[in-house]
Amino acid sequence: MRWRSTLLGGIAFLVAATAPWFAPNWFVSLMTIAFANALVVLGLVIMWRAGLVSFGQALYYCVGAYTVALLGRWAGITEVFVTVLLGGLAAGLVAWVLGFLLARYREIFFAMLSLAFSMILYGVLVKTERLGSTDGFSVINPTFLGYAPHSQMLLISLYWLVLAICATSALLVGAYFRSVAGALAVPIRDNEIRVEFLGVSVNRLIHIKLVIAGVLGGFGGALAALTIGHVDPNMAYWTTSGGFVFVTVLAGAGSVAAAFVGSLVFEIVRSFAFAILPGFWQLILGSVLLLTILFLPEGLGSIVKRLRRRRETAAP
Amino acid sequence: MLVAFAILTDGLVYAAYLFLVAVGLTLIFGVMKILNVTHGSFYAFGAYGGAWAAGVYFSRRLPEAAGILFMVLVAMGIGILLGAILERGVLRLVYGRDEVIVVLVTYAVFLILEDVIVLIWGAGSYGAYQPLVAAGNVDVGRLILSNYDIGLVVFAAALAAGVWWALKYTRYGRLLNVVIFDRETAAAFGINVTLVYTVTFIIGAMLGALGGAMMAPKISVTLGIGVEVIVLAFAVVAIGGMGSIEGALVGALIVGIARAAAVHLAPQIELFVIYGVMALVLIFRPYGLFTRAQPRKI
Repeated sequence: MRWRSTLLGGIAFLVAATAPWFAPNWFVSLMTIAFANALVVLGLVIMWRAGLVSFGQALYYCVGAYTVALLGRWAGITEVFVTVLLGGLAAGLVAWVLGFLLARYREIFFAMLSLAFSMILYGVLVKTERLGSTDGFSVINPTFLGYAPHSQMLLISLYWLVLAICATSALLVGAYFRSVAGALAVPIRDNEIRVEFLGVSVNRLIHIKLVIAGVLGGFGGALAALTIGHVDPNMAYWTTSGGFVFVTVLAGAGSVAAAFVGSLVFEIVRSFAFAILPGFWQLILGSVLLLTILFLPEGLGSIVKRLRRRRETAAP
Repeated sequence: MLVAFAILTDGLVYAAYLFLVAVGLTLIFGVMKILNVTHGSFYAFGAYGGAWAAGVYFSRRLPEAAGILFMVLVAMGIGILLGAILERGVLRLVYGRDEVIVVLVTYAVFLILEDVIVLIWGAGSYGAYQPLVAAGNVDVGRLILSNYDIGLVVFAAALAAGVWWALKYTRYGRLLNVVIFDRETAAAFGINVTLVYTVTFIIGAMLGALGGAMMAPKISVTLGIGVEVIVLAFAVVAIGGMGSIEGALVGALIVGIARAAAVHLAPQIELFVIYGVMALVLIFRPYGLFTRAQPRKI
């Protein structure tokens, strides 16, 4: 079972990696953004398995993005392997510090406190003239180990970078889900006091989840900043967090792959809705979200599961 | 001294605004345990409805004093209609699901309604300044205060007193208290909890729309006002304690005064202050200032 999903993941990765040869540029760029955002969603999936929903994940996204942008602007560092790594680490550090507080909260209160933290960052950025206030500022074109691509090559290089980071994260998070700490997520959701009685510190487990999600959020933000070429305070606004939570629900917490598929589906739906019916894309998104919650409570991933179950029951 | 007085008056006006927005949200949360993101839409619909009503009313040259009344009535009508449709049409289907899932449902509806606003009123912005102008100003020492602002504060205070009285002394209010305290026991004693839910949600929606209509003269009614309002209302309600009316009042006062102080003394930290206070309160009192800590269930 495990080998089959790893194999499927590997094939999907190879197909995705060859995409620049047959897919048009706009689609490659759409996939870059979708997979960068999928990292943030993956972080939310980790928390959601433990029953936690953060309405402030944009905080880490924004920290990652601004770290990359500021490294280029103030320190002149454009090397992606340095900037993206530092973006993820900076967000992870923020998550680690805030985690001492956040790990004690559950349910709505967790959602509200994380919302408050992300809105604080938004408030600070909006009022900071040096960082471009509400307009933000643009990101200097990145270099890849000294290689400085332009236009189309830049697009493709970034795409491959995003894919590589996504694949690594997917493997690591998959391993985490199979570890004891990861497997305890569902018991925590069901009844955390019983988990405590097993002799495990729930707060510590959740703290670890927060840091992992924070690092992933930082990576996502860093890559998104490089892809869009611009950062602004809206990256920390609650609607950004809402979008990520939206994709998490759409994808479901069933598997690692769901985060990537969900994010891609979301980005495609949004782009087409925006292109075909520009005035109604929120209406379409809202309806999709509503229908998903009502009819597919476990997300898109559960379709596969249902089909498989049906096939198994049909077999003699 | 002048600055202190200015902070106090500005703070009170802003607190009145926050309370108007937050009271419906906290009522719905208290009774139904739903953190209602759609409340931002109720506010926006109220503001748009009020602005539209102001346009209709004041172009007819009717007596100015009753204009605001007409605006409020139109907005309340919209709120009641919207609340009824939403509760019966959508929320009824997700009762019993996780609180967080219900938040997402209301978020989905909020997204849908954002575009419905454009469908109904277009993408342009509206002004409903007539009542503000008609009310005039009053000089207090060296400060000029708008009569409309004073009216807003008085109205918010009256609303707070009214809600408090209704919860404590009317039959329906007492039923609500019972349902807030324990839904299952209330149902076992023969209270029609479904009906209480529907009525509460409609009242909450009406209060949200009312807040929008009252604020319409003071703001430019434009796209995205609901998005801003909902996080502000969340902050106020989280500070006061979700589901507590007194909490909403105190939360509104704290945030209102803090923001006014920031605007007058250190404008750079204006937004920071609101959410800073929220985070600070949640750190020391996770459930807000006015709620009892709940026992954990094993």
